[in-house]
Order: sequence, then structure tokens, then C-alpha cells
Amino acid sequence: MINRTHVHCTVNGDEVDFLATDSTSLLDALRTELGLTGVKEGCGTGDCGACSITVDGALNCACLMFAPEAEGREIGTVEGIAQGDHLHPLQETFLEGAALQCGICTPGFLVAAKVLLDENPTPTETEIRYALAGNLCRCTGYDKIIHAVQEAAVQLNGAKS
Amino acid sequence: MTATENPPSKYKYVGTRPVRHDGLDKVTGKARFAADLDLTGQLRGAIVRSPHAHARIVSIDTSAAEAMPGVKSVVTGADFPAIDPSDSAHDEAVNNIARDEALYVGHAVAAVAATTMEEARAAAAAVEVEYEVLPAVLSIDEAIAEGAPIANSTNRTLFTGDTEPSNIASVGPFQRGDVDAGFAAADVIVERTFTTKAVHQGYIEPHACVADVGQDGKATIWASSQGHFAVRSKTAKILGWGTDKIKVTPAEIGGGFGGKTTIYLEPIAVRLSQKAGRPVKIVMTREEVLRATGPAPASKIHMKMGATKDGELTTIQGTLHYSNGSAKGYAALTGAMSIASYKFPNLDLMAIGTVDNTPKSAAYRAPSAPQAAFAIETLIDEVADQLEMDPIELRLKNAVVEGDPTAMGAPHPKIGFIETLEAIKNSEHYNSPVPEGAGRGFGTGFWFNIGEQSSATVNLNEDGTATVITGSPDIGGSRASMALMAAEELGLDVHRITPIVADTESVGFTDITEGSRATFATGMAVVNACRDLIEQMKERAAVMRGVAADQVAWIDGAAVIEGPPSEGADPVSIAEITAAAKMTGGPLTATASLNAAGAGPSFAAHLADVRVDEETGQVEILRYTAAQDAGTAIHPSYVEGQMQGGSAQGIGWALNEEYIFSADGVMQNAGFLDYRMPVASDLPMIETIIVEVPNPSHPYGVRGVGETGIVPPIGTLANAIADQTGVRMTNLPMSPPNVLKALNER
Amino acid sequence: MRYAAPTTVDEAVGLLAADADARVFAGATDLIPQIRSGRPEPSVLVDLKRIDRLVGVGESGGTWTVGAATPTSTLTADEAFTGAFPGLSEASGLIGSDQIQNRSSWGGNLCNASPAADSVPALVANAVRAVVAGSNGERTVPVEEIVTGPGQTSLADDEFVVEFQVDTPPAHTADAYLRLIPRTEMDIAVVGAAVRLTMDGGTCTAATVALGAVAPTVVRVPDAEAALVGSTLDDATLEAVAAAASAACNPIDDKRGTIEYRRQVAGVLAKRAATIAAERANA
Repeated sequence: MINRTHVHCTVNGDEVDFLATDSTSLLDALRTELGLTGVKEGCGTGDCGACSITVDGALNCACLMFAPEAEGREIGTVEGIAQGDHLHPLQETFLEGAALQCGICTPGFLVAAKVLLDENPTPTETEIRYALAGNLCRCTGYDKIIHAVQEAAVQLNGAKS
Repeated sequence: MTATENPPSKYKYVGTRPVRHDGLDKVTGKARFAADLDLTGQLRGAIVRSPHAHARIVSIDTSAAEAMPGVKSVVTGADFPAIDPSDSAHDEAVNNIARDEALYVGHAVAAVAATTMEEARAAAAAVEVEYEVLPAVLSIDEAIAEGAPIANSTNRTLFTGDTEPSNIASVGPFQRGDVDAGFAAADVIVERTFTTKAVHQGYIEPHACVADVGQDGKATIWASSQGHFAVRSKTAKILGWGTDKIKVTPAEIGGGFGGKTTIYLEPIAVRLSQKAGRPVKIVMTREEVLRATGPAPASKIHMKMGATKDGELTTIQGTLHYSNGSAKGYAALTGAMSIASYKFPNLDLMAIGTVDNTPKSAAYRAPSAPQAAFAIETLIDEVADQLEMDPIELRLKNAVVEGDPTAMGAPHPKIGFIETLEAIKNSEHYNSPVPEGAGRGFGTGFWFNIGEQSSATVNLNEDGTATVITGSPDIGGSRASMALMAAEELGLDVHRITPIVADTESVGFTDITEGSRATFATGMAVVNACRDLIEQMKERAAVMRGVAADQVAWIDGAAVIEGPPSEGADPVSIAEITAAAKMTGGPLTATASLNAAGAGPSFAAHLADVRVDEETGQVEILRYTAAQDAGTAIHPSYVEGQMQGGSAQGIGWALNEEYIFSADGVMQNAGFLDYRMPVASDLPMIETIIVEVPNPSHPYGVRGVGETGIVPPIGTLANAIADQTGVRMTNLPMSPPNVLKALNER
Repeated sequence: MRYAAPTTVDEAVGLLAADADARVFAGATDLIPQIRSGRPEPSVLVDLKRIDRLVGVGESGGTWTVGAATPTSTLTADEAFTGAFPGLSEASGLIGSDQIQNRSSWGGNLCNASPAADSVPALVANAVRAVVAGSNGERTVPVEEIVTGPGQTSLADDEFVVEFQVDTPPAHTADAYLRLIPRTEMDIAVVGAAVRLTMDGGTCTAATVALGAVAPTVVRVPDAEAALVGSTLDDATLEAVAAAASAACNPIDDKRGTIEYRRQVAGVLAKRAATIAAERANA
């Protein structure tokens, strides 16, 4: 049996431990060891963003990390965006604005869009498009996704003021 | 959660924009796609693929692989029953796993199942396949060349009775009128040859399935597909099993666009599971998806068009070559058939499908129509240029209306092409000035749409809520559409209806979600089941009120008693009827099945402003508007979504997407880095105009909307590039190197 | 593959020295796709990101120091750095998506030794130096001496780049980087051009022009530099720059572009980058 490394980290605020071979991607570890299947694999090479997660708050592709790199880090996934039964405004605006069709890219877009709005509460359309350029969607033509992010920004800013 | 409500003109629910029923799971990461499922004791499968474009499989030695750690089963083509080449399922069967001939790089030749993915991959690499490399054919030109090697020894030209192997899949002439006379009457004749490369559907979810064969020999399959009944029938056929031995449960599907109407993995997973006695999951990598699934066909189209000086299109003549990849198919025929938008009195088209050693092509959104529309829309634009006519006026003058023939000769039913053209003509975009230094292009598209077989069951629950059960996988919001139609029929709030997609043992047979048919045909089955339920509820209400059944009307979601003795009594609500059901005859449920006829063709017209960097060949899309006839938009947001998504795919096809093969047939860009689908920053907002010319064959006037949107973009963008630069792009993609080359030759 | 996360440079050198098949990585944005596509796996994955010296950017005494594993997003977010080296910052910011930006680094971008690496022409144009650590201690070399060919570097098996050093530019000096990709994001450069100019009252007094993706390694264009120096970047000069850049190319035909295309566009981007650099330097 191949040796597996013990990894201790925080996922969506909870301390977790898992075992993974050193060559395992963090994506595979999150999906198979921790059951976080909201993190999707679309390409495995960092080109589609379906596996977008946050690592210490920074946006990353889970497929481009080795599982042991997560040691001591704070990982965030789509499963951690809603607070209890309270959806994040982005989740609301994606639903209301029909910003998803098949839904496979949606978790990655939500994670990436949340990082964007956390860092830049009033992005322009162009800023949103470039910030989300690492997330491929093949169903929507992006239009309704961009609108949903714009609407969520408005709601978040309204809630603050 | 609130829904975004639009005041409906005619209906209470149809035409509104409720939050989709499956949405919550999809924004919280809970939705289960096929790769998300794990069963106890599950093995992981890996496929061994041919490194050669064309080879005879001399032998396969699996002994080393079988001896590797963790390996529980290995299969090759020999584990599947022989199938005769004349069988219509033959090509898909050998595409799932090769028998004695590997037909393209990436063709599956063997598979292994092991306890971990790493072990499965290692064992797959240890399967020893001896190949005798054969000459390969990699393009349409090579396939039709004199003395070309035969790409697939089992291919015979369809419908000809030919018994000799051939690289021609099909030949289809389409004729009407007299083209010589038509050209003689023409004042303007334009003629060009167009080439397009193979492109992939590009769904973000790789193919995946889990199969579990029990001790009783029955298989359960969880699969991502556009049609789980088709997965069942195809898997059964390829395994030589009865359909009663296979149950298929639909997982959520992460995009298909036609590419998940065929199967690749399920028979292999079933055999691996059967041999190992454990569940087997197979998930393709993106590289496998690009090398071994899809694509849409490459094409080479020569087209000649004539018009009189007052803008009457007199004649179309052309030869359309489409590559079906490694197996026979209908690509060229559907391409020619899609030329149905203009009233050419004289028409002569020859459709020739070819076979070569590239991946077996699969359906992609309005299959074969975008390539043909590229040619037609470019030539019409040139005619407009030469006649100095407005490009929309020229099309309006020649647009088909009800009764005009399609390429096949059959008359069009009621259609909305004129209305769609006028929608763009009247748009703010068309009536705004072209940005300084930019180009503006216009193009149109058509797709037939289909009906086919669907089933639906509607159950009323004891509290008056309803469950709508269909067999159509929801690939873009169709659950919401089904619920909306049921809501309209029953007069029940759309969020008191739960639409579900059931497995092959829980709902009646339903064909694949393809041909823009789900909302049309399955929706009609839902409507019929609801109407059956309404009759039942009227009878129950009559019992409850002690009146005759014919005294009960169904009005606004309740049974209303008309006439004595209960005239004026309170209407009986659905909840009251279901609460009393035990006393009035038991549970209320209805099932409807149909083979839907009367699918409504859908037309689209697109308008684009582009700016070409004439020093680098880069094309920027400044503004894009899409108009399309939806018949009736059941859920306008998802109609717009189909139009926007189709536009974006067409734009990708036009500008940067292409299969690039090496001289020995290896795809050079088998990943999302170099298979360049549009990213968010490549596109502007895609403005939509929904045109509604109801389809008389559907209770709500639905036409399919899924496919037509991909047809116009290529011609639209080519025309916009020509408007700015004067250069007609005739070879796809219109990527920076290709555009700059054309500009240099200007 | 075994994963190791040393916390000192010496520890990392020791891991490399002990095993010739060990390999350092920072973001793994090239390494993981390479392994997935069938490249042999290293025996030991040496993660450099937990060594303090490898991560960070700062200026001291007229010299900027950038840790070799510093995420490029850190550089683009650093206003002082971006103010001093706008072209180098924009080149760094073009390496992939936001997701990639939090992983990609100069050390990785340079040592992956892709001819198309976005940061490298700008590193060369700014005469950036690499500090290399190995069993024999540290040495400092110009970045252009690191890459010797596609996928090839001059580093010994036990060496890796620890940090980069670059002098604060003289007054009225600025750089610019432009690349051509088919899309607007997510692509590898088909052509890249970095230009750094020093301007004095509208006249160029010093120039560096470096091209990427048009030859096995980054190409300096002395003829373009000579044309720029002493000029006011008039049209004739810019045409000479373009012609020199096109002539300096030694490109290949591949899935990303043709020889002809790369030659022609190298000239276009060189003159455009020169124009931008001059505007910045004059500002």
C-alpha cells in the first residue's frame, strides 16, 4: 500500500483531518476523502475553474494543488458559502437571474465571484468578466452570470449602507 | 427566495420566471452529477486507448495488467458480443470498444477496474496491445482522393446497396427547378468554397458513469446523459442483454449539446462490474473527452448562388462534404436539409458524407446547420453588397413562409422567419450607428426541431401539491418548464409542483433530450396528463357535491359546480379533492404518453458589431444581438439562456475553436488551454429578442429553442469582418493568424 | 511521488542534492498539467512556498528583491512595485486566470523554460538578476542565462532560484509588455514583446527590446534598440523597430501560430510596446 500523508486543515471553518497520497490533488482529496463533491473537475489542468476554492482567502484551482499543500491552511468551497439556511446574495441572484443552466460550473463561479466581491465591492462589467475569465461556462454565454454578479454587488452594497 | 415575475399576457404561469426547482441544490454544491456518486466497494475504471489513427489490433495481452495490485477486472472487445456491420448499432458498439480495428487516436481498445484510480491507470498502461499500423485518412480531401486508403473497413455507403468498403458514408442529392435556367436568369452570381474544422461540444462535465451488476445479473447504471432510456437500450444492445436487465438512473447532467446523446462508457463499466462483482465508476479526463467523444463534423462546402438585380434569389447550387469521423453518419444530409430559409426556386445540392480516421462525430446543437449557414449567409451578404441592398431587406424579400418548400421539398408549417427578421430590423441595435472603424454583420439560422416519444406521470399528493415525473433529463431548465405548464393546466402554484426526472423503471419510455424536443414533446405529455387529472378531479368533485360530472367545470384551479342542485356552492379546491380522495375513489394520478408530431421549426437572426485589429487579425465583438422565434416562451429566462448559450458556442466556433491534428492523426490541442472556447472576457452581453409566433401543434405554442441559436453566429461574424475589412473569410476558425493571412492577401 | 515542504533554503538544497529526480515547485501550474499529460513524475516534490525568503517583494537601497515563489498576484497588487515596473507587473499579471495568479511565480515561469513565458521578456528587458542556491552556495546570474532552450535551464540538479533582484529604474524610465493571444485571457502567448525605455525630453536615451514565443529562448533585438536610442519614436523609427523585431524572430509553426504570423505580429507588438513605454517614461 502506498504511504499516505496525514493532512490537518480547516475546511469551511471546520477543522478536518484526512489522509492522502502525496501525489493526490487537493481536488481529489476534497471530493473523495471529505465528500465535498460540490468542487467539480472539468479539466484537471487549471483551465476551467470548476474546482475553484479559496486557500487562506485566495482563489485557487484545487486541481493544481497537491493535497499535502493544504496542511494548516484555511480552505473554502462552495459548500461553505451559505450561512446555515441563509443563502449568500450571489446564490440568490444566480437563482433569480437564471445564471445557471446545467449547473456544473456554478460552484466554481460562485466561489470566484465571492472572492471578487469581497475584494472589489463595485466591479465594472469588464472587471467582472476578467475576474471570471478563469471559469468556463458553456451553457449561458456568461450573460446572466455577469448580471447576477452585478446584482449581488448592488445587494451587498445596499446591505452595508 | 422570490421569483422574478413578468406580468403574463395570456397565462398565469406560462411566461413567468420562477426560480428553478433544482436550483438550490446547484448553487449549494449538493446536486449530484454522475462523477459525484460513490458506492460501497466501488472500483475505478480506466480505458486503454489506441495511440494510432488506424491500426489492426493483432492481439491484446492483459495478463500483466491483471496481475497488478488492486486490479479486479479487465475487458477487451472480446468481452462483447459480435455485431454485424449492417446492424444500425454496429458503429456505436465498436466506437465504445474496438474489436479488430482501431479507427482513430483515442479509440477505446480495453479497460481495467481497480481499487484506486492510480492502480487503474497503472494497469491500463500495462495492457499490451499489438497493433499493425494501417494507412490513415485524416481529412475530407484525403478521404475522397483517388486511390485513398480505406479508413474503416466496415463502412459501406448508405442507401446504395454497395458491398465494397468506401470512405463515403452517404450521398444525397436534393433538387428542384432548373438551376441552369436559374443562373441564366440571374444578374449576379456569387460562388465560393468554405472549409470548417471539427469542433467539440465542450460541455464542462466530462462523461461519467457508475455501474453496479448484482448477483442476479441485473445492472444499475447512474449516468450523465441526455437520455437514460437511450443509455439503457444502447447498453443492452452492445452487451447483448435484454432491457429488463438494466436500470438507468439519470444523474444531473453537466452539459451535453448533443454530445451526450451517444454512449461511450456504460457497456464497459457494466462488463467490468460484472466480472469484478463490484460497482465500477468511470470518469473521463478532459483529454479523453476531446480525443474520444464528440466532435461536430469538419466540412468543405462549395456553393454558388444567383440573384436578379431586384434581389430575387433564383438559384442555389452546391456540393457539401461533411466528415463523419471514423464511422458512417448523416452529417452531410442534415447539412443540406438545413438550407431551408430562402425561396430558391431552383436548387441543386449534393450532400456527401465522408469517413476518416478522426473521432466518430456526434450531434452538436442543430447538427450540420452552422457550417451550411456560414456558406449561405456569406453568399447572400455578397449578393446584397453587389446589389447595394440592405442585407435584411434582401432576406425579407426571399424569406420562406408557411407553405414554402424546404430543401427536402416538404412545405414549411407555420413559421416566424419574417417576424424574426423584422425583430432585428426594428431593434435599437440595428438602428444605431456602426461604431467608428468597426464592422457590422447580419446572419440567420434555421433548425427543424423534432417531436418523438415522451411519457409523463403527474401525481396529486394528499395536501393538494403535485409531482410531475418525466423521463427527460434536465439539461437547461426543463424541470421548471414542465412545472410551469402543469401549473398553468392545473391552476396550481408552480412552487407547489415538484418536477422530477425519474429512472427507467419509474416512468414510461422517453426519447433523448435532443432536437429541442423536451419542452415541446415531454411538455405536451405533461399537459395531457394534467388534463386527464382535471377530468378525474371534476368527477371527484361531482361525487363530493352530489352532482353529475358534466355539471363540473375546471376554472382557475378549482372545480366549479354549474347548475342545480349545488349551483353557487363554493368551488372545490385541489387540496379539498385530494384530502377526500380516499372516500371518492383513491389516489389521483395520471400518465400520458405520445409520439409527438408537429414540432415547430425555429428561426433566428443575429446582428454583431466587431472591430478587427488589422495589424494582428484579432476580432473583438463590440455588440451582439440575437432574435429567435420561440413560439411561446414558457420560462423566458431559460429561452434567453438557450439563445445566449447557442450564440456563444457559435461565436467560439467562428473565431477560435478547432481540432488540430498532427500528420499522424494525434489531436494537438486536447485540453481547454488550446481548445479555445470563449471565456467571459471574450464576449459582450448578448442581447436577446424573443419572437413569439405560436406553434399551432402545441397546446401553448412551443417551438424548440435549444438549437437554432448556434446556427447564425459564424456567418454573422464573417459578414461583420467583411464589412470592416472588405475581406470575405471562408475558412474557419477566423482566428488571428487566419484573419491576418486573409488581410495580407487582400 | 513524495511531498516535502522545507522551511529553509539549505533544507531544500539538501533534498535536491540527495535525489537527482527531486524537483522544486512553487505553484505547480505547469508541473501538474505536465504530469497529467504523461511527463515522468519527480521522486520528490519540493514545495518552496514555506521558505520565508522565497515569498515576498520589497525595495531596499535602490534594489528590489522578489522571492522566487511569490505569487504574481502579490506583485500586481503591490502599488510601489507596479509603479516602478509597470510592464513587468502587467506581464506578471497576464500569467493565467485569477486562480493561476495566486499560484504562479517568476521562479516557476522562468524555470519551466517555456519560450512563451509571459514574465521572461519583461524580466530580461529590466536586466533582472536571479539568485541561485545550490550545494556550493549562492550565485547571482542575469535571468537570460537561466533558460537555455525549451524546457532546459542552466541550473544544476541541486540548484534552484531563491529570489530575483532588480535595480530601481533611473528617472524617466518605464517598461511595457504586450502579448498576442487568440482570446482575451487564459491563453499562452503566441508572441510577447517587452520594451524598456529611458526618455530625456522626448528623446530616447536607452532602450531594451525583448521578444517571447518567437524563438527557443527570449530574443533581445539590438537593431530595434539602436533604432530607438536617439529617436523621438517617430513613425520611421517605429517602422524600423517593427522590421528589426520581425527580423530577429526565429519562430516555429505550431498549434498557436504560424512562422509568418509570429514574425509579423512581433513587429507590431514591439512598436506598440515601445510607444506605451515612451508615454509612461515621459509622464
